[in-house]
Amino acid sequence: MSMATLMHYAPQVINLLAALLLLLAFAMLAQRRIQLLINLFAAQGLVLAASAALVGLVSGQHHLFVSAGITLVLKVVVLPLILHWLIRRLNVKWDVETLFNIPTTMLIGIVLVILAFNVAQPISLLAGTVARSTLGIALAAILLAFLMMITRSKAVPQVIGFLAMENGLFFAATSATYGIPMVVEFGVALDVLVGALILGIFIFQIRERFDSLDTRHLEKLKEQ
Amino acid sequence: MLALLGSPLAGAAVLALVGHRDRAAELNVAFSMLTFLAAATLTARVIAGGALTVLDEQFFVDSLNVFLVALTAFVGMTTAMFSRPYMRIERDHGRVAAGGLRLYHSMYQMFTFTMLLVLTTNNLGIMWVAMEAATLTTVLLVALYRTHASLEAAWKYFILCGVGIAQALFGTMLVYFAAEKVLGSGTGALLWTHLDGVKASLEPTVMSIAFVFLLVGYGTKVGLVPLHNWLPDAHAEGPTPVSAVLSGLLLNVALYALVRCKVLTDGALVSGAPGERAAFASRLLMGFGLLSVVVAAFFLSRQRDVKRMFAYSSVEHMGLITFAFGMGGPVASFAGLLHMTVHSLTKSAIFFAVGHASQKAGTQIMDDIRGLIRSNPTVGWGLMLGTVAILGMPPFGVFASEFLILTQAIALQPWAAPILLLSLGVAFAAVFGKVQPMVFGDSNLIRLPHQPALVPVFSHLAIVLMLGLWTPPYLADWYRQAARLIG
Repeated sequence: MSMATLMHYAPQVINLLAALLLLLAFAMLAQRRIQLLINLFAAQGLVLAASAALVGLVSGQHHLFVSAGITLVLKVVVLPLILHWLIRRLNVKWDVETLFNIPTTMLIGIVLVILAFNVAQPISLLAGTVARSTLGIALAAILLAFLMMITRSKAVPQVIGFLAMENGLFFAATSATYGIPMVVEFGVALDVLVGALILGIFIFQIRERFDSLDTRHLEKLKEQ
Repeated sequence: MLALLGSPLAGAAVLALVGHRDRAAELNVAFSMLTFLAAATLTARVIAGGALTVLDEQFFVDSLNVFLVALTAFVGMTTAMFSRPYMRIERDHGRVAAGGLRLYHSMYQMFTFTMLLVLTTNNLGIMWVAMEAATLTTVLLVALYRTHASLEAAWKYFILCGVGIAQALFGTMLVYFAAEKVLGSGTGALLWTHLDGVKASLEPTVMSIAFVFLLVGYGTKVGLVPLHNWLPDAHAEGPTPVSAVLSGLLLNVALYALVRCKVLTDGALVSGAPGERAAFASRLLMGFGLLSVVVAAFFLSRQRDVKRMFAYSSVEHMGLITFAFGMGGPVASFAGLLHMTVHSLTKSAIFFAVGHASQKAGTQIMDDIRGLIRSNPTVGWGLMLGTVAILGMPPFGVFASEFLILTQAIALQPWAAPILLLSLGVAFAAVFGKVQPMVFGDSNLIRLPHQPALVPVFSHLAIVLMLGLWTPPYLADWYRQAARLIG
């Protein structure tokens, strides 16, 4: 494929990837089984890495390849492996219970997406990057992950929601700007990794203390 | 400069190896002292030579952050001194094991490092990274006792602050997006000094949306209502030295990050969208600040746990400072900075006294702590004086700053002044009514196996008293310069 055709198709492909990202975010919101949830998270990481690499190729910002590499290693391989290992060790395969039923959650999700597009519109108009129409999608992905964290009652899905939110943030960074400066990105990646590890340790401790991973047990501290 | 960041980092590494030994607490104090010495030297240089940038502009120190650096290093040092006997007593009471102590000491130094990094870095991105790292280290510290309640508090803290701080990252990206148009892409576009130079040409719409995200993000860490839910739990369930540094330092540091962002947003809005919109950031800060003061004041009276109560008092004071910065103008910003200083000194002193008091009583429930003044007059007086100081009684420094804030509120925002006064009154009644019986009356307390460290308590209170009676001219100058930066 010549460079010209690539340039021609690249914006469409990036938009396609953005749509996939959003679709995956919704799939995660609807998914009840934890193992599949982790796989969906890994798939989202893959889409993210692909879009970062593509934006890097089109825009000539080669440090985006490094970002894509980090994403690929961290979010497609390392973190899903850790999560899979964690649920095997904890022996949790049950269906995820949600606080609202899934159709209600999906409806709230749709409202959030509309909200995100509204907020992002004035900013997108100013963006000169190839992927500018995708900023709304990035914000929507962040909000959907946020919703997932709120509606799930178990600890592991909450962690996945936390990580998915970071996916959305990363996508915002590649789509609105050509990626954030490298130093910052390394720092963010490190924080995410350490955070995930600490959360993992926490999950063990919570299980040990409460004999359960239901964070509804963690509701003792309240105002009288 | 390097010593400032190097000493806590080295401390963290060393204490990670030997933190469980008996001498670890002394080492912790030594490293904190080193940090303070470095901070003092740096301060002296900035006073003498003005703002300076170090290491290829990656670090930036001016009169605004150097005073927070000095304050952070000082309270970090005194808290280390306090935690030496405190943690020994906790160990003797069997609440924490040797491994736990190692984690504690190492993370304490790491926490100091991340806070100093937030304060000194010139890069808004690194500022975010360091703030998140500060969250991670304190999560470990809050969960130190591994009890149900502390695990729950730490989980809540992590999830809420994690979510909050993610919003701040989005805000930072939007700032970068706006800056990139003017400065071109690359690391330069996130350096605060560069941004400050071109703030008038930053796109106002993007900057105001960015500021909303930054406010929600860093505001969660400041503990602004309605994002404050993690704060009372984390303060109540963690070890007391951690409560002291959380309240006294971390909240300040988060507010500092917010103020830096506000300066940029104001710059962009004043030139880009004159008229109504120009005061956008100030209005938001004032609104959140006022809400925090009111809500916290009314929650104060419902508390039974002493550390929870003082945590709400921190929310209240942070709200007051945020309100002051929101009003803006040289006097209000001056008062805000002064209040930041005196609040952090007084609040940490109170937590030191409270820590020993609850160790003596074996509980943090206020109804079960009685007659401190009989069993240990110094702890009792420390708590009483600290409480009187934090409630804004003259002659303490808190009175001076609250008075300034109130007079400014009457002059600039007359509608807010009665609300503030009423809240302060409610807070006074609630806190004083609860602390008074704890201090006076018959005693039911036990003796402690180690001598409590009370030098930090009284040195803090002495400084606060001095600031109330007389502000040294160089300090006042320094505040004035910093207030001019904030605008």
